[in-house]
Amino acid sequence: MSFDVQTLRAQFPILGTQVNGKPLIYLDNAATTQKPQVMIDALVAFYTQCNANVHRGAHALSDEATRRFENARNSVLTLINATRREEVIWTKGTTEALNLVANGLSKKLKKNDEIVVTEMEHHANLVTWQQACEASGALLKVARINDSGELDIDDFQSMLTERTRFVAFPHASNALGTLNPVTAMTAMVKSHCDALVLVDGAQGIAHCDVDVQAIGCDFYAFSGHKLFGPTGIGVLWGRYDVLDTWPVWQTGGEMISTVEYQQSTWGELPYRLEAGTPNIAGAIGLGAAVDWFMQQDRIALRQHEDELLKYAMELGSEFSGMTLVGTAREKVGVMSFLVDGTHPGDLGFILDQQGVAIRTGDHCAQPLMKRLGVGGTARVSLSIYNTVDEVDALFVALKKAQQMLT
Amino acid sequence: MAKLPSTTDIIDDLAFFDDWEERYQYIIDLSKQLPVLSDEERTDDRLVKGCQSSVWLITGIDQGKLHFSADSDAIIVRGLLVLVLAAYQDKSAQEILAFDMDAYFKELDLERHITVTRGNGLRSIVGKIRQEASQA
Repeated sequence: MSFDVQTLRAQFPILGTQVNGKPLIYLDNAATTQKPQVMIDALVAFYTQCNANVHRGAHALSDEATRRFENARNSVLTLINATRREEVIWTKGTTEALNLVANGLSKKLKKNDEIVVTEMEHHANLVTWQQACEASGALLKVARINDSGELDIDDFQSMLTERTRFVAFPHASNALGTLNPVTAMTAMVKSHCDALVLVDGAQGIAHCDVDVQAIGCDFYAFSGHKLFGPTGIGVLWGRYDVLDTWPVWQTGGEMISTVEYQQSTWGELPYRLEAGTPNIAGAIGLGAAVDWFMQQDRIALRQHEDELLKYAMELGSEFSGMTLVGTAREKVGVMSFLVDGTHPGDLGFILDQQGVAIRTGDHCAQPLMKRLGVGGTARVSLSIYNTVDEVDALFVALKKAQQMLT
Repeated sequence: MAKLPSTTDIIDDLAFFDDWEERYQYIIDLSKQLPVLSDEERTDDRLVKGCQSSVWLITGIDQGKLHFSADSDAIIVRGLLVLVLAAYQDKSAQEILAFDMDAYFKELDLERHITVTRGNGLRSIVGKIRQEASQA
């Protein structure tokens, strides 16, 4: 299979549009990715051909909706190499997946139990565990990173004790792009303590081959919209034997077995953890995005992304006045930076006027920004459909911004 | 301190420019007219909530007129503060509350700055000033 970026781009209608009178150069892919037509078509097809509620209708439309909805679950299973479809739980996104886990965790933890996270967490993979600690009296420990934004693996190991019950870390940092050695980290946890491991895959899923069995973790969470799918749908994958004992969190329809006025019994996985009518269209859309993604030459996509990042980081290191924030050896798709004498917000604004979309600010990682001694950064995040020409245009636009602002 | 431009000055000046670059260069140039607050004045209790950049606002009253000192760590926000203060500086509470900021920004063709609630947070600043005026 050959890879041609223009053929790929042609499948994403938004990439041909203009903003502020300029061709869109979309470099905010860590926030959300753009959508291929085939995913958009799947959403439209659901609403135009078989809109119905799932799992309980006594009619053909409901059967078809259920078939597409459950096929999407199977697509996710294949993507992440899960063993059982009961292990794939639909959520609103990564954040809700983490909250589902935290809610159960807060009931399982005891006083003086320990949770370990890293200094590079997104707020969603930090505040959730803070809350679980607050509810249970457990202690939150934070493994250090070095100044280039890499995890200090020795410090991480030193955090693991006989009291450690739960360890959470990102597959990749949203703010810096640092790629963590999640398989080795999980093995380290499992060899040192009796703890569950959660990988926050929000930034990993679109850039890495995710094989939950190979990683060896207990939970892997990601959002559909960062994988060319719709917003409002995400996945919590959990090992069956762990999920099977996980406390229910939201209650209502879909998740029950029997209900009497004074008591109820819960249904089977995955439905036990999916209360209420699910995001049917969202799941089907995500399924279509996943199917599409799996049909691509993903080795070529990865190589293309790596080359783009390498090129951007090279231009960045040569750009007068630019400081790169996050220079880990293993990175995916993110160049975070500052330009002397300018505020990231001003840079982002002047880039936007030139059609270049980036993100600026603390990237929902305030403790990380503080650790690195910056108030925030400008962040360029790349995806499979970005081009060398776009990276060149970014730096032309940055030069213009620098001239205007300093 | 040089007198800051009036709303009429700004409307006339901005109408003169054709492209985004000239318009934002003008706003950047305006930012240079806004006095910088000292580190002592940049206290956390003066930070306006809801802004991506830091914005500090100090309000004083003299003979029924409100006087504002404002600053930001972002240049474009400083320039936009000049546009806002052009409408509000040394005005009575009644005048401040009567001023239609949305219409003014629309006339300047900068309405995205005032309608987008997140981002540079100009709406938060205007809200804070109006709140100060309503309590004056």
